[in-house]
Amino acid sequence: MFTGQQIVNLLDELKITHVVWVPDSTLGQWEAELNASPSIQLIRVCREGEAWSVAAGLYLGGKNPLVMIQCTGLFESGDALRNMLHDYQLPLFAFVGYRSYLNQSTLPGDTCLVFTEPILDAWKLDYRLIDEPGKLELLKQHYRSCHEERRPGVALIAEGKA
Amino acid sequence: MTTVPQMPLVETLQVLHSVRSDEVVVTAMGVSREWMRLSSHPLDFNLVPSSMGQATGLGLGLALAQPRQGVIVCNGDGSTLMNLGSLVTITAQAPQNLTLMIFDNGIYEVTGAQTTPGSAGSRQDGHSLDFASVAGSCGFRSLYEFDDLNRWRAGARSVIDDPGPTCVVLRIAPIPGAVGPRSPGPGRQRAIDFSAALNNGPLTD
Repeated sequence: MFTGQQIVNLLDELKITHVVWVPDSTLGQWEAELNASPSIQLIRVCREGEAWSVAAGLYLGGKNPLVMIQCTGLFESGDALRNMLHDYQLPLFAFVGYRSYLNQSTLPGDTCLVFTEPILDAWKLDYRLIDEPGKLELLKQHYRSCHEERRPGVALIAEGKA
Repeated sequence: MTTVPQMPLVETLQVLHSVRSDEVVVTAMGVSREWMRLSSHPLDFNLVPSSMGQATGLGLGLALAQPRQGVIVCNGDGSTLMNLGSLVTITAQAPQNLTLMIFDNGIYEVTGAQTTPGSAGSRQDGHSLDFASVAGSCGFRSLYEFDDLNRWRAGARSVIDDPGPTCVVLRIAPIPGAVGPRSPGPGRQRAIDFSAALNNGPLTD
């Protein structure tokens, strides 16, 4: 839906300093551009729970990080985000890839479609579904709103395949 | 089963307290309980309540955000096992200002002293997991092990001053009947206060 350069341009506009990520087949296509960006540092973590704590440290240290993971990683990282976003109320923002939302050809009946949005609701994460390129502006507005109000948020990025 | 010498936790932390200057100190679990009795430095971040295993990630983020600021993470062995991949994440970034201290007592102390999977008592071969070897294989630049309080006292400051990432394994005696740490106050306010101390003022943008 988006090219790596579009994402880098977006993150530059939002003044993101660090992307803390675990790639999937959609997010991973942005790797070259994220790596090449002089303004963004790409932090590769081994498991998604780590992404929230690394981002928390960056935020407390005065940086402007973004967590970038697939919805399966959101499932994995619940306790870490609970601690950082709710116990300490850190206003971290995440891009979460929504596996199979646009195309279930690889994984027919993918249960990511069953659980992703209820789990975002369960963790009280304010999210916007970004399911077409024209919603880039909606993503920006949501980020800016969360940033200004110092609260966490998620952009749920629809993906085509696993 | 093998037995190794062990240091008392409180005295081990007293040594750290005595040599600590202006480093950030992140603590978790049983270490938090004792550290909060010793120290009230504005650059302490006691991760209570915690997500077990996440102190290493928090410390890494702090170290990357402020590369001229020393950061010490005091982690338990159970917490380290819960997020072993974070050792690889740390060494991939290789922050020279990060020191990871693993307080290895072989048990989940705050839940009633059950042995961890890394403890000699839990393992078919009867040998404890060698955290220093694990950390070395993960790529930590500087590695230390201490099981003697006098040696730790003599070496603690130079360990912290070594270019990191540094991993220090401290063999600690369990404290029978020890309980979990009590939260020192609302997390949000503590995060705000800590960040203000670290950044010489509140975050504005």
